[in-house]
Amino acid sequence: MNDFNLLLPEFFVAGLAFLVLATDLVIPDARKHLLAYGSAAGLFGVAAFSLIFLWGDTGTLYDGAIVVDGYALFFKAFFLVIGAFVVLASIEHVRKHLEHPGEYYGILIFTVLAMMLIAASRELLTAYISLELLSFGLYVLVAYDRYNAKSNEGGAKYILLGALSSALLLYGMSQIYGLLGTTRFDGIAEALVATPDLSLGVLIGLVLIIAGLGFKIAAVPFHMWAPDAYEGAPVPVTAYLAVGSKTAAFALVVRLFMEALIPAAADWQVILVIMAALTMTVGNLGALVQTNIKRLLAYSSIGHVGYLLMGVAALAAVNGDGLVSVERSNMAIVGVVLHLAAYGVANIALFICVGAFYNATGKEDIADLAGLARRSPMIALVMASALFSLAGLPLFAGFVSKFYLFNAVGTQGLLWLAGLAIFASLVSLYYYLMIVRQMYVEPVHDDTPIRVPRLTLGVLGVLFAGMVFLGVYPAPLVDAIQYAADALLSSEGVVHLLQSLD
Amino acid sequence: METFDSYVLFALIALPLAGAALLIGVPSNKVGLIRWLATLVSAVILALSLYTFALYDHEAGGFQFERAWVWLELTGWPLGGQGIVLDLAIDGLSALMVLLTGIVMFTGVLVSWNVSERSKDFSILYFVLLAGVFGVFVSLDIFFLFFFYELAVLPMYLLIAVWGSSSDFGTFQRTKEYSAMKLMMYLVAGSVLIWIAIIAIFVQADMGTFGLRALQEGGEFSPTFQRVFFPFLMVGFGILAGLWPFHTWSPDGHVAAPTSVSMVHAGVLMKLGAYGIIRLGIGLMPEGAQEWMPVLVALGAVNVIYGALSAMGQRDLKYVVGYSSVSHMGYVLMGIATLHELGLSGAILQMFSHGIMTALFFVLIGAIYDRTHTRDIGVLEGMSKRMGTIGVLFAVAGLTSLGLPGLSGFVAELLVFLGLFQTYPILGVLGVVGAAITAVYILRLIAKVFFGTLGEQWRDQTDISRIEGLSAGILVAFLLLMGLFPFPFVRVIGSSVDALLALVAGV
Repeated sequence: MNDFNLLLPEFFVAGLAFLVLATDLVIPDARKHLLAYGSAAGLFGVAAFSLIFLWGDTGTLYDGAIVVDGYALFFKAFFLVIGAFVVLASIEHVRKHLEHPGEYYGILIFTVLAMMLIAASRELLTAYISLELLSFGLYVLVAYDRYNAKSNEGGAKYILLGALSSALLLYGMSQIYGLLGTTRFDGIAEALVATPDLSLGVLIGLVLIIAGLGFKIAAVPFHMWAPDAYEGAPVPVTAYLAVGSKTAAFALVVRLFMEALIPAAADWQVILVIMAALTMTVGNLGALVQTNIKRLLAYSSIGHVGYLLMGVAALAAVNGDGLVSVERSNMAIVGVVLHLAAYGVANIALFICVGAFYNATGKEDIADLAGLARRSPMIALVMASALFSLAGLPLFAGFVSKFYLFNAVGTQGLLWLAGLAIFASLVSLYYYLMIVRQMYVEPVHDDTPIRVPRLTLGVLGVLFAGMVFLGVYPAPLVDAIQYAADALLSSEGVVHLLQSLD
Repeated sequence: METFDSYVLFALIALPLAGAALLIGVPSNKVGLIRWLATLVSAVILALSLYTFALYDHEAGGFQFERAWVWLELTGWPLGGQGIVLDLAIDGLSALMVLLTGIVMFTGVLVSWNVSERSKDFSILYFVLLAGVFGVFVSLDIFFLFFFYELAVLPMYLLIAVWGSSSDFGTFQRTKEYSAMKLMMYLVAGSVLIWIAIIAIFVQADMGTFGLRALQEGGEFSPTFQRVFFPFLMVGFGILAGLWPFHTWSPDGHVAAPTSVSMVHAGVLMKLGAYGIIRLGIGLMPEGAQEWMPVLVALGAVNVIYGALSAMGQRDLKYVVGYSSVSHMGYVLMGIATLHELGLSGAILQMFSHGIMTALFFVLIGAIYDRTHTRDIGVLEGMSKRMGTIGVLFAVAGLTSLGLPGLSGFVAELLVFLGLFQTYPILGVLGVVGAAITAVYILRLIAKVFFGTLGEQWRDQTDISRIEGLSAGILVAFLLLMGLFPFPFVRVIGSSVDALLALVAGV
């Protein structure tokens, strides 16, 4: 029997999306910003509802295709909050640069719904459909600035490569289904335990799935679309791409690899290790030569995908004989999720700063930031803090999350890869400091103060406090993530693996 | 009193951070209020550091003033419940370093009274830097040691790039942005190595804790492991200590930094590197330390000679002191490398002595630069005619530098040499040669800059101001105190030295 109470957050969000679209028809143009306030309030409300009433509840629906567990719930709350922040960050931009605010917010809310479903999927096709719902929304949002050639270019690239990746993903899934006879995660794990030596067909399926998901998270060598899409998209959408969609894809990746593919870790670990090493190297080196701040942040987030992917590779420890152990996997799961959270907070803050600067000046090159510390001390402070957080310096969330994640990777026997990641962080510090230099050191050419709406300042203040809080006292968040990780570690897939090892 | 004692170390970290937070709230045009607030906070901190130093019970030894808070538990390990602990305590070595930091911080705040541009932001970053430094010296958890170590590096870029000064000698140019970036990249490259070593230690011990003492007792690090990972710590921390050939950031950084930051930098920050080698390197990998010490002593000898020779060829006063720091840190490294009671004690005393002495140098050079707007030795002449006090104080610092008896440098260097002659006698000779070269460049410098005929353009110069005089006076007092009464200092560090050498001997 399905307990639909567990799906109430999803129903609410779907309802909210339709409500926004319907209200858009009757509300006069001058008051359309009210839609944004309504959307943000709604998303925050649903997040609060989920955490208050559903925390601790678990259950499966639709014959196990959808699961509500600690892991899903954690990410749902995370996506709702991120969605709300993106909505708040959009208000000024939408009013100044975009048409049809109703559809904009409506589509945005639908993508939040998609992300929530991704975190809850425990079956390949459900995951695929959720992922497509997200991608379709994003295709539209990236190209939403329709009189802007770059927005169109970015959108076109994104949709073409996105479609290709979906095809790869679907083909890989069909391969798995054809050979293992199931699309459910626990069934896949059971089948993989039963046949320890992978057939070539399954391996091809696995590689195709990795490639398809690799596109979604913009891992090298499937990252080419990201800088163009990031540069072309309206700034709030770029923030959403960098934080929301990437986190959602990782939520799926971690669950898929932990619950379904973990018995075959000996086969996929090496692929992910190579991808992670390439991704962090290419991302961080690519960022060194950028002049546009959005492109730079695109490359920087590719670098971060490398760190996260490294954490996924470290979900299992594989010893010399190819034996898979999950004894220490707990730390890797927590590390990946913690870094997703730290990365998310810092990046959202950064893009809101970039957006506020763009709204006031119409510029988005790094050199244009010269003297920002005088023109708007608050924006400069938050930006510098977010950059330091991404670089992994203390007092900010990024230090704790990187330390935790890299430590987990070392624990699973990949110390050299953690060393490479630490070195990549050093490279990233260089280009982050170049931005800080523009803001604080370079002489001011134009010292007109930048007008930033109060609401934006408030949002930035909250995000800044969040970064510092997580950097100084992460225990509450880590406890919550621990609860999420326990859900994965006690899933049937892992249980099958452990039984086979005994 | 018990409660106060258990919070005093926490206060050393929290007060600078609280001071920084408080300053954020002060409007930036109220410069006077900002200065007084900064001075007040740092005076309290100096008082606390004196308090811990004076009350450290040297007879009992070991770690005192301890207080621990569990910060993050790590699920799934035997000691996971104490995974990451904010465990604060000091032994004799840390007590001396805390005192050094307190002194340099306070005197640094005094001389930054003449920072007029963006003085609020300056003070905030300065306090964050100092919170990091205190944190390193009082943390017994490797995670927090590294946390605070990075925290001390974080504000450096802005402190140098915004408030620093560029050098231009025609053929030789260094912009402050260049020096700041170079410093950051070197220091963070060092922490890359340290970070890797910390992860390796955590993984190898497989206990689920970062507690230094738990790792010392329970972490069984095989000789091979120690042999491989000791160099990570030695070079990683060595970069910060100015270890040749990774020292080039340090003269550039010191020169470009504003006075008080140079003081903290050469005075305290470089000591973090030496402290890290002692605390983590010798503390956790005594066997690896023994194996690698011949390399460290040789590199230290190069430091001494190379630094002294480079200092000889400089025209910029700050570069002279910058390179002399490289040379003096060589004594520290050599002293550590002896793994001998006298040598190690000498190294620790040299850390303190050099910290105070360099701080004094920078106060004086800052005072000269503020008045004449140049640090060019070729141009400055006969300054003591107008700046008598500065001349005298500079001579005191210079004589400490070349190891005149009665001043702290003598005690420290003598102990280092005694230790060296018992372990590496040939390199010990090099050390003495270095001291001789130091005498040459310091005396030549003093003769040229302060004595002789007064340059025409310097007729209207004034002597040291009261606040700079106070700052320099405090520093001189400690140089004399340690030079004339070294015993209390030796006594306090004695138990730590014994404990460290017992680890090495236990191998």
